[in-house]
Amino acid sequence: MSDAASERLGRLATETAAAAAADGPAWLGDLRIAAAGHFAEQGLPHAKLEEWRYTSTKPLAAHDFAPATPTPESVDRAALEALSFPVYACSLYVFVNGFFSPELSAPKALSGKVRAESLAASPAESLGQLVDTKLHPLAALNTACFRDGAQLVIPAGIRLEQPIHVVFLATGSANEPTTSFPRLLVDAGAGSHARVIVDHVSLGEGPHWTNSVAEATLRANAELEVAIVQREQREVVHSSLVAARLDRDARLSAHTLTLGGAWVRNDLAILLAGPGAECHLNGLFLGTGERLVDNHSMVDHAVPHCSSHQLYKGVLDDRSRGVFRGRVLVRPDAQKTDAQQSNPNLILGDGAEIDTKPQLEIHADDVKCSHGSTIGRLDEDALFYLRARGLGEPAARRLLTRAFAAEILDRIGEPALAESLGQLLQERLHLDAPGATA
Amino acid sequence: MSQQWLIEIEDLHARAGDAEILRGIDLKIGPGEVHAIMGPNGSGKSTLAGLLAGKPDFEVTAGSIRFRGKDLLELEPEERARQGMFLAFQYPVEIPGVANNYFLKASLNAIRSARGEEELDAIEFLSLVREKMKLVEMPEDLMSRAINEGFSGGEKKRNEVLQMLLLEPTFSVLDETDSGLDIDALRTISSGVNHLRSPERSMLVITHYQRLLDYIVPDHIHVLAEGRIVRTGGKELAVELEEKGYQWLEGA
Repeated sequence: MSDAASERLGRLATETAAAAAADGPAWLGDLRIAAAGHFAEQGLPHAKLEEWRYTSTKPLAAHDFAPATPTPESVDRAALEALSFPVYACSLYVFVNGFFSPELSAPKALSGKVRAESLAASPAESLGQLVDTKLHPLAALNTACFRDGAQLVIPAGIRLEQPIHVVFLATGSANEPTTSFPRLLVDAGAGSHARVIVDHVSLGEGPHWTNSVAEATLRANAELEVAIVQREQREVVHSSLVAARLDRDARLSAHTLTLGGAWVRNDLAILLAGPGAECHLNGLFLGTGERLVDNHSMVDHAVPHCSSHQLYKGVLDDRSRGVFRGRVLVRPDAQKTDAQQSNPNLILGDGAEIDTKPQLEIHADDVKCSHGSTIGRLDEDALFYLRARGLGEPAARRLLTRAFAAEILDRIGEPALAESLGQLLQERLHLDAPGATA
Repeated sequence: MSQQWLIEIEDLHARAGDAEILRGIDLKIGPGEVHAIMGPNGSGKSTLAGLLAGKPDFEVTAGSIRFRGKDLLELEPEERARQGMFLAFQYPVEIPGVANNYFLKASLNAIRSARGEEELDAIEFLSLVREKMKLVEMPEDLMSRAINEGFSGGEKKRNEVLQMLLLEPTFSVLDETDSGLDIDALRTISSGVNHLRSPERSMLVITHYQRLLDYIVPDHIHVLAEGRIVRTGGKELAVELEEKGYQWLEGA
């Protein structure tokens, strides 16, 4: 790891935190300065750390990424609309390089005092409570440097019929590598019910580092579905932390759908803090070219009678690499835990690789835990069947690959989004062998 | 005037791995003709069917197949399908995650555009597929399910014949389409197949049993044994085989 890059980013964190602390509330200033300190102490993570064994942070040190500025005026509205999924008819909040853009957003009136707003104005004091900045240096960097973000507060008992859409748009520049710090805070009140779609997209060429953090608190019996889509252009690197805390009987479905970017590292830290809490972590990741996609999940079963279900499916083409490390910690008190984890992978390219490592740490004796991972190729008989019906080989391969992904896409509560993602997956596959006809 | 053959198989030898399975097949089929191939298990019937459709598991070691005047063995499976070749699979493949109606529409439109016809939109496709489903008495809910997934044996075979009816192939190979069917299903499926018979379309019906040939009456019957056609005759040959069994042919 480049010490120079760590030092440079450390200075950036310290200076940005100090400047930002002067603007906002004192508690937030303290949080930023502490986080900057945590980053400066550790620097960029290196391969000697167990958590980073398979993934080099070199791409984060490859450029002198400078904090991006809000530049909504530079955004071509037509280009943004061309990127939109059909579901964007609902309430839409657009952030450009992490900053709220009222011009590009299209909020609708939300029922029952639901607050969907920019973080900058009056950040909730729960901000940062779920993020361990000592354990996650990149999230520490975000905490020190973010200037805006989305804040969704859903009062107790409210049921939102339509999903809330948050778009984080990165505007790249070929001249200057930039970095943005998207931030999302969700507070799901007791017994509330909501769905959130977070879409990371990019416009323009050039290297960009998206360093995002999302926090969600689910109070008793709350139900929250979050679909996080990562589909930036191929020079974007993306690191993210999603941290959630579930109180009694709360239910979280989190879908991480990685279809773009050059280098993507996702960390999930889920704390099952109340009995009866239940989480479903679904992941779909596509590797093409030389892309690396790394998913690290950590589910902490802190109390009895909780369940966690993880299904991560990887599709790896060309010379891409995938990493999945799913950690489940069952604490001594967490009897009657039900923890399942599965990571099937489809290898399409001869040079593609996957490192998969389930890790169960069980300190209770009356639990049901399972894990499994598989690595396979497309079924030749199915391929022949489709071709014998006139489908060209690339089209048949695309269809079967989409079929592999369908198990994840079908879990997304918004069929129009699932359909669009299925299309995008097929488009982004590099299956056109020379001379083949689609 | 010499006869125009739709398909000409000459001295075809093929192997799967180290095993030689076809040892010199000669077979010519003209437009509008229905030929049947009967034979005991292991005689090479399914290998021949797979080879015609382009299944990659076999290696042709000698001989040739000409289809509509072209070298069939040079063509990829999808090219064969687009030129009018159709194989009704003995064991249709289950494909979880791909809806049957999506697949059928993609297949039909691939074939139509190869024939220079307009692709069908969703509404046109739906009305066409409904009409064809009636011919094979196929329940409508099978359309929205994944391809063949959890279908009964009979439903899978109906789905094969439905595809045949949709694609209207010039040459169809039916690989033991009768196996595992009760008599009612056999009747329905046969009537679906017969619906396609025309002076331009030809078929090769592969079966182990004579009973299918009561419903799909062939013009010629060939008996395959140990990779060769050992006898050729009219439809009365099937009755003779049914009475005497395949042992009758041993040493022939």
